[in-house]
Amino acid sequence: MSRGWIPAFAGMTFTLPARQAGPIVLPSGASAIKIYPEKVLAMQWEIVIGLEVHAQLSTQSKIFSGASTAFGAAPNAEACGVDLALPGVLPVLNRGAVDRAIKLGLAVGGKINSPSIFARKNYFYPDLPKGYQISQYELPVVEGGSVRIQVRQDGEEREKMIRLVRAHLEEDAGKSLHEDFHGMTGIDLNRAGTPLLEIVSEPDMRSSAEAVVYAKTLHSLVRWIGICDGNMQEGSFRCDANVSVRHQGADRLGTRCEIKNLNSFRFLEKAIDYEARRQIEILEDGGTIQQQTRLYDPDKDETRAMRSKEDAQDYRYFPDPDLLPLEISGSWIAEVKSGLPELPQQMRTRFERDYGLSAYDASTLTADRDIAGYYEAVVDKLPSDPKLCANWVMGDISGYLNDQGKFFDNCPLSPSQLAQLLTRIKDGTISGKIAKEVFRQMWTKVREQSATWKSRNSELEENLADQIIEAQGLKQISDSGALEKLVGEVIAANSKSVEEYKAGKEKAFNALVGQVMKAAKGKANPAQVNEILKKKLAD
Amino acid sequence: MLNSSLKQLSALLAARKISSAELTSEFLERSRALNLDYNAFITINEEASLAQARAADMMIASGRAQPLTGIPIAQKDIFCTRGWLTTCGSRMLSNFISPYDAGVVERFNVAGAVNIGKTNMDEFAMGSSNETSFYGPVKNPWDITAVPGGSSGGSACAVAARMAPAATGTDTGGSIRQPAALCGISGLKPTYGLVSRYGMIAFASSLDQGGPMAKSAEDLALMLNVMAGFDERDSTSLQREPEDYTRNLEKPLEGLRIGLPKEYFVKEISDDVARTVEAAIAEYRKLGAKTVEVSLPNTKLSVPVYYVLAPAEASSNLSRFDGVRYGYRAPEYADLNDMYRKSRAQGFGAEVKRRILIGTYVLSHGYYDAYYIQAQKLRRLMALDFAEAFKQCDIIMGPASPTVAFNLGEKSSDPVQMYLSDAYTIAVNLAGLPAMSIPAGFGKNNRPVGLQIIGNYFAEAQILNVAHQYQLATDWHLRAPGPL
Repeated sequence: MSRGWIPAFAGMTFTLPARQAGPIVLPSGASAIKIYPEKVLAMQWEIVIGLEVHAQLSTQSKIFSGASTAFGAAPNAEACGVDLALPGVLPVLNRGAVDRAIKLGLAVGGKINSPSIFARKNYFYPDLPKGYQISQYELPVVEGGSVRIQVRQDGEEREKMIRLVRAHLEEDAGKSLHEDFHGMTGIDLNRAGTPLLEIVSEPDMRSSAEAVVYAKTLHSLVRWIGICDGNMQEGSFRCDANVSVRHQGADRLGTRCEIKNLNSFRFLEKAIDYEARRQIEILEDGGTIQQQTRLYDPDKDETRAMRSKEDAQDYRYFPDPDLLPLEISGSWIAEVKSGLPELPQQMRTRFERDYGLSAYDASTLTADRDIAGYYEAVVDKLPSDPKLCANWVMGDISGYLNDQGKFFDNCPLSPSQLAQLLTRIKDGTISGKIAKEVFRQMWTKVREQSATWKSRNSELEENLADQIIEAQGLKQISDSGALEKLVGEVIAANSKSVEEYKAGKEKAFNALVGQVMKAAKGKANPAQVNEILKKKLAD
Repeated sequence: MLNSSLKQLSALLAARKISSAELTSEFLERSRALNLDYNAFITINEEASLAQARAADMMIASGRAQPLTGIPIAQKDIFCTRGWLTTCGSRMLSNFISPYDAGVVERFNVAGAVNIGKTNMDEFAMGSSNETSFYGPVKNPWDITAVPGGSSGGSACAVAARMAPAATGTDTGGSIRQPAALCGISGLKPTYGLVSRYGMIAFASSLDQGGPMAKSAEDLALMLNVMAGFDERDSTSLQREPEDYTRNLEKPLEGLRIGLPKEYFVKEISDDVARTVEAAIAEYRKLGAKTVEVSLPNTKLSVPVYYVLAPAEASSNLSRFDGVRYGYRAPEYADLNDMYRKSRAQGFGAEVKRRILIGTYVLSHGYYDAYYIQAQKLRRLMALDFAEAFKQCDIIMGPASPTVAFNLGEKSSDPVQMYLSDAYTIAVNLAGLPAMSIPAGFGKNNRPVGLQIIGNYFAEAQILNVAHQYQLATDWHLRAPGPL
């Protein structure tokens, strides 16, 4: 697509008369829209949730044109003739978008359809330039597949399988801007034609918490396989939730409402909770649920009716005659497959099997590719204790990163720096407690350099932990002569505790250990102290 | 010179007997004068045409001339042309200056041809008489009380009246062949996918195909050499080795098997047309061809099938004309929906609205299976009919139109009668085959009759050969209306 004439439209916003101001309300039954107080959900109701996720695919150019997909350009600067739907222009499919759809299909174990068919979804809206959206209807690119999620039930972690209905390719619409145009609406078509993969789940979730875990798992998966940047603020990952309720044990699904455009996990959870409560109240009051599309208002924490089934549009889907059926050969699939990284599910299983981690630890460490990669780099340096590595990566490092709003890909401390610290715990040079202090100092030091472990020449301060231990004399006292002397002094000075211990009070033993550690300024090797103390008390 | 072939004009230019600027001026002058009566052009832009002509003269001077360099070509106003008003015959685009060139226009530019003007057409190519144009009807130069046919009526008229040596057209259900027949010129609809649809304003995407309109088959072959070719901006464009469509023109027709579908020679054909077509076929026998009766059993379904599929696609293709980004917007409106309603109500003419309504209806929930799906199945059957027939013959012949040109206003109030005037051209589009119409004589009121020649897929060179041999033996194609 030649972009020679883009400047003619760049920076320009099309203006339109404003649509009716304020929310769209239903003409009848509108009295049902009220704020429902927080209320504990009655036990006999089961909430049924299915999600439709729109993942923006991370291609450089749009799905049917050569214009850029970069976020944040001046209005209409990234809308070429195809995106503006000039007379006579035609769509040409971006192969990269198909690659990414295949990746997802493989990652969820779905079926890659060949051919799949692009269809036109016809409706009028100012930010939909062609008057139809190119999507897939009867034959989507991916059918079936599933996503495994970790859910907590009765205090126990277990795995649950969420089945997928399908995933299909489609183009995004532009944006209508209702402010800044003095009663008019501005149209920005930069987003028009951005590739989306709509991933539709079966109604397999039973609580807002499950829905959030599923959404997070899918969010992590699309980033993991590199098909979507997952940036929710920029709208790269958006959820619609289909929510219905039914009596526990009922085999038919209740009437559902679809809540549109939930762009954070928190809103997803709150919107589902609100919506489920709303439906239950209506049913408990003897009412019936109207099938509706609803919008969540985060400011008021409520969902509002947008349109009901009766005014649902007839989109008049039909195969797009401008695009041939999409054929995906076995070799194309094989090529995509060969570029696919180890998937989180596989990695989780491997961590449990090879590193002896719990299901919980394995799933936390495979929450995203950066944490998993970081963890594996630490274990690589300290293969003898994967559990110790896991504890530190999930605990201390995650905690420090969280405090600073950082992620593992821009962690200032390198895996080998951490590995050295952990090695010093393992070889008895320092105690776990001292290690925390050393870690704190290491962190301060690397943070000052304001670089990430990836951008810094990591060889430089490999031995940062040793430097700090050395410089501050934090080395643990493992000299048995010195320890025996210390223990002897403590026994002499704490005869009361010694008597109590001898009278059978186990607690007194701990008090004595504490005294020894205190005398050693924390640096005594705890295992050795225990051993020597036991021996001396037995004398 | 006005009656010269493209080859003759090219030779004159090469020999520097005339410059492209002179040639262009001469056609421009004639077009300006005749357009007052015929209304064949929507836009004539002398300045732009002459600038192109001067550039062509430079190409010729520097020895870079190609066969069509310097030759004026009229462009149907359905092809987006950078810097030119491109209306598609509609009020909706009455203010649309295209910011880009269609693939076809680009190819003529590269070949050094001169755009001599944008020709009138039925609005969005929907019509068979050119009466649906927002810019008024085109007149048939043989008789100004008659229609020129449509939708490429302006192009057919321009070539017939010698206002342009050749023109482009588009054919969705007969829009090149029927006006060519009614105006007594030659027109070719290529195999679907041969000519790029990029920048050709869509009516029915799966049927639309651009093609050349000219005086003779030889001229069509030279035009097609420029127009045909893969375009990556059109996903339905076919990737094939380029061909020279003139290569077979001189082949004798000895042994050619002409299929005559019995469904094409029926009482619905007017006597004058039937007689003229039969005379042409007799001429072919003289040239050594044999005729064989074939059957295209689903022919009678082609009009109903077409009037489901074409409006269905059109209803969606024309949704982009909403008054938001370009084109006509009603001057006054209350809100967004009112803006849509008024802009489209005022911007589109009656026939376009009728087809949008039909198309919207057949795609609607509950009707889609009964109409659209059913029509798609029948479309397949029609393609199979042709495949079956081509087992017994090399090419198929028949009338291009059941009657000679009808009078202006005669059918404009009866859409079904109007639709039936494409009864013998539509099946070809549904099957995606190449076909042409060539002048074969005159019928009632001395109005031209066209002979339709249908080939198998990619048989353009063959049907051009078949037409050319006839034109070597006859002179119908050299007859021009009025004085030159």
